[in-house]
Amino acid sequence: MASRAKNSNRELRPLEKTPTGIPGFDEISEGGLPKGRTAIVCGGAGCGKTMFGIEFLVRGALEYNEPGVLMAFEETPEDIARNVASLGFDIQDLANKKKLFLDYVSVEPQEIAESGDYDLEGLFIRLQSAVEAVGAKRVMFDTVEAILSSFSNTGMLRAEFRRLFRWLKDRGLTTVITAERGEGTLTRHGLEEYVSDCVILLDHRVKDQISSRRLRIVKYRGTKHGADEYPFLIDERGMSILPLTSLQLQHTVSNERVSSGVPDLDEMLEGKGYFRGSSVLITGTAGSGKTTLAASFVNAACRRGERCLYIDFEESRHQVARNMHSVGIDLAHWAEKGLLTHEAWRPTQFGIEMHLLRIHKFIEKVKPQCVVIDPITNLLNGSSDKEVYSMLMRLIDFLKVAGITTVFVSLTSGGSDLEQTTVGISSLTDTWILLRDVELNGERNRCIYVLKSRGMAHSNQLREFVLTGEGVKLLPVYVGPGGVLTGSSRLSQESRERESAMEQQQALERKRLEAERRRLTLQAQVATLQAELDAVEKDERNFDREEKKREAQEKRDQDALAKSRGSKSEVGGI
Amino acid sequence: MKANPKPKSSKKVVELRLYVAGQTPKSLAAIANLKNICAGTFEEEYRILVVDLLKNPALARDHQILAIPTLVRSLPVPICKIIGDLSDTERVIVGLDIRKAKPEKSKSKTHHA
Repeated sequence: MASRAKNSNRELRPLEKTPTGIPGFDEISEGGLPKGRTAIVCGGAGCGKTMFGIEFLVRGALEYNEPGVLMAFEETPEDIARNVASLGFDIQDLANKKKLFLDYVSVEPQEIAESGDYDLEGLFIRLQSAVEAVGAKRVMFDTVEAILSSFSNTGMLRAEFRRLFRWLKDRGLTTVITAERGEGTLTRHGLEEYVSDCVILLDHRVKDQISSRRLRIVKYRGTKHGADEYPFLIDERGMSILPLTSLQLQHTVSNERVSSGVPDLDEMLEGKGYFRGSSVLITGTAGSGKTTLAASFVNAACRRGERCLYIDFEESRHQVARNMHSVGIDLAHWAEKGLLTHEAWRPTQFGIEMHLLRIHKFIEKVKPQCVVIDPITNLLNGSSDKEVYSMLMRLIDFLKVAGITTVFVSLTSGGSDLEQTTVGISSLTDTWILLRDVELNGERNRCIYVLKSRGMAHSNQLREFVLTGEGVKLLPVYVGPGGVLTGSSRLSQESRERESAMEQQQALERKRLEAERRRLTLQAQVATLQAELDAVEKDERNFDREEKKREAQEKRDQDALAKSRGSKSEVGGI
Repeated sequence: MKANPKPKSSKKVVELRLYVAGQTPKSLAAIANLKNICAGTFEEEYRILVVDLLKNPALARDHQILAIPTLVRSLPVPICKIIGDLSDTERVIVGLDIRKAKPEKSKSKTHHA
């Protein structure tokens, strides 16, 4: 085997890295394990050390075409093969294809007597022949310290360990060795003093009966790396470590708007709704209609033909579907069409990181445009605020980078400040819609307002939130001399107003009728007088006529008299 | 690989394998020490097989050899292993279960004789 020893001026070149292929690990280590060097993976029993190493080998063989050698000291290859088969790794098949070489190194101290000087050349011979057999680039020792308990000559062991790691380095083999964690030290037998390029610490802790796994890169010489404790999980697809994407505030944003699913709410958000890819927080007390609002959003998204993922920590899929049916939202229909993936699991089922990794996995599987998480507050069960905060921050970043519009539902418990989210994530979200109950006159009514919405001139109005058979309706609340009124108070105020208006109208009507009546009376009087006038005029005309008749008669009489007297006067006048 | 049989009259056969890696000082010392011990102790039939793992690396895996040199008593069962250059004669004798066996065997030997 050709020696591919690093030349002495390697510090002039950036450290080369070998990707492990373990989801998330290559991100936090900025490339993987140091190429051609040895990394220690240490931790207590059952923390996933072996898993890490095996996945390193398997993914190397499958994804990077780098064959590997597994030197197993504790378990036989058959046992290991069985153990990792449940994670989807067929190492026996890889061994048959000469992509992996399995060597079980049996060390049984009680069988061995010592007499004089010896060394571990046998191990080197086995390792060399294994590396040559498959052309290995990767090696894993699990757990090499098993050797330590088998031999009493510690001086020889120290020298042999040094020789082993130098041997691996000289051949450019990227190596993972697993080691038990010791009391107050990273490894029980102080392996880190031989290999100090990269030390990875795995931890498996149980808090409130919920287990969680953590990974931390304690040391990584010559490179920067994430130094935090990163949660990881081992599931049917192997190991995965959060963050799946690193935390960076560099996501691009969209100006596109998506409907909230409630036209009246869209109206409050400039008439357009949320920004696509933004994160929306719906907070409210119990029963204030948070889920309905979130379901409306899903309904609208599915109607647009977008894929949605609904993560539920409270109700089962069927229960939500039934409940939403009562307000005219048919979620089951969208699920049948394949647009809606509704996943529900108990918040106490896993630790916080397991939840978020599951969410990640579903997002990767479904590739949704819209995601609803209902409610995030339930994630608090079994985790501290701080943990939830950092997890949600990672999740929100991940969703934003992916351009996914997300609705987070958060339950505000009664008594606490409404404008304070339990986990303080409001600053991470772009739009915050607050649902609250207003108690008045022996009833509770729902109110909604947009507490904040970045980048838009949102309404400052408080609206009444009403659930109808046709979905959510927002009504303008009654604002009057009596204050802000909702529910039946608003209704009664409105009816009072209607009554007084009616009364006024009736009074007016009465007055109008009165006036008409008086007009009619007067008109009647006018008619009577006119008739009298007519009669009088008629009489007058009769009197005139009789006068003329009498005058004519009188004239005729005078004429007749004159005639008779006129002849006499003629004689007399002679 | 070289065999080094030393036939004796006993029916019991002790089979010893010495695993070495090349002609290192430790290996050579082990071979020499083993021969001395055997010559001075065994009265029954024994065979010594020196296995050079550099020539046949697969045997290291098949026989679970880790330390070099390793002496394996493959017969009689149970198998026992002694590692080192065998410079501590006492340990070899104890390890190979010779001393305990010797009085018995010598008895049987005398009986036989």
